[in-house]
Amino acid sequence: MTNKPLTGIEWNRFRMLMTAALDGELSNGDKREFQQFLSLYPECQNEWNEYQKLKEMTMQIKFNQPPEEMWDRYWVNIYNRIERGIGWIFISIGAIIVLFYGGFKAVESIIADTTLEWFMKAGILALLAGLVIVLVSVIREKFFTRKSDKYKEIQR
Amino acid sequence: MQDNISTLENVNIQEDRDALSLCINGQKEAYGFIVKKYMRRAYFTALGLVKNHDDAVELSQDAFIRAYRTISRFDLQKNFFTWYYKILRNLCLNHLRNSSARKLENIDSINDIVDLKQDPSIIAERNDLTEKLWTALSILNVEEREIIILKDLEECSYKEIAERLEIQIGTVMSRLFNARKHLKEKFERLI
Repeated sequence: MTNKPLTGIEWNRFRMLMTAALDGELSNGDKREFQQFLSLYPECQNEWNEYQKLKEMTMQIKFNQPPEEMWDRYWVNIYNRIERGIGWIFISIGAIIVLFYGGFKAVESIIADTTLEWFMKAGILALLAGLVIVLVSVIREKFFTRKSDKYKEIQR
Repeated sequence: MQDNISTLENVNIQEDRDALSLCINGQKEAYGFIVKKYMRRAYFTALGLVKNHDDAVELSQDAFIRAYRTISRFDLQKNFFTWYYKILRNLCLNHLRNSSARKLENIDSINDIVDLKQDPSIIAERNDLTEKLWTALSILNVEEREIIILKDLEECSYKEIAERLEIQIGTVMSRLFNARKHLKEKFERLI
């Protein structure tokens, strides 16, 4: 290494060594090379000094500790939400069974009702058919499409 | 020294493995051990990313719930927090994306987030610099802020950062250098 201006590649090498040195992750071989940069190039020494100061200051940043009661409630909240999640699954299963059975019975009684006009029967049946299609489509999207979507964690 | 650290790490992983095996077998209470062990780290990680106390609590808890729901897919040989971190990170990034799309970014003031010491005669100047440094850090993009927080605030090793972010150690170093360079530029503009 001569004392002429650093090339772009040498700068990049120095900056990688400096980053490792700042973070205490420099190997013994690299330490020697890094020291050479510092002793031969004042601009490297300046940059090293500046980044050392920055690192010291960054390490002084400490987050505020939230109140201790928050930690006491933390697990309880999670536990309750997990439990409620299981509750919602049962509610959903129950609602689907009741809705489908109720729908089936409603269709049966509408068809059997002789006092109702034919167009009213058709209207009510179309309405029920539409609701079933929408419901099935939503359930299918929720349980089957998302399972095979590798980008499901990323909301678009 | 290194041996002691890896022994401690192994004890940690073993402890987690025992608790997580119980969770997989349906014992919800065992998950309490895992949550209590990592809740502080989880909260501060989220706080560094979303810069808001309430959102950090909510998102870190959501991530624990999501982790619990998919616990059967967790490889017991791996580190729990590294796996959890990916879930939390995705939630935080989605949250930031959604709130910036809706222009609702909710950022706490510096006094709510950073611990500024209260003795004005001794450290007023240092507080001022810390405040400006946090301001500079908080206007970096989230990936740059994240890597600086992981290294300088959480004091993770390059290996840990590489595992958590699923990148090579060389990429960790170059990202860190670029992030610090941008931080330095923004900080110098503020002082």
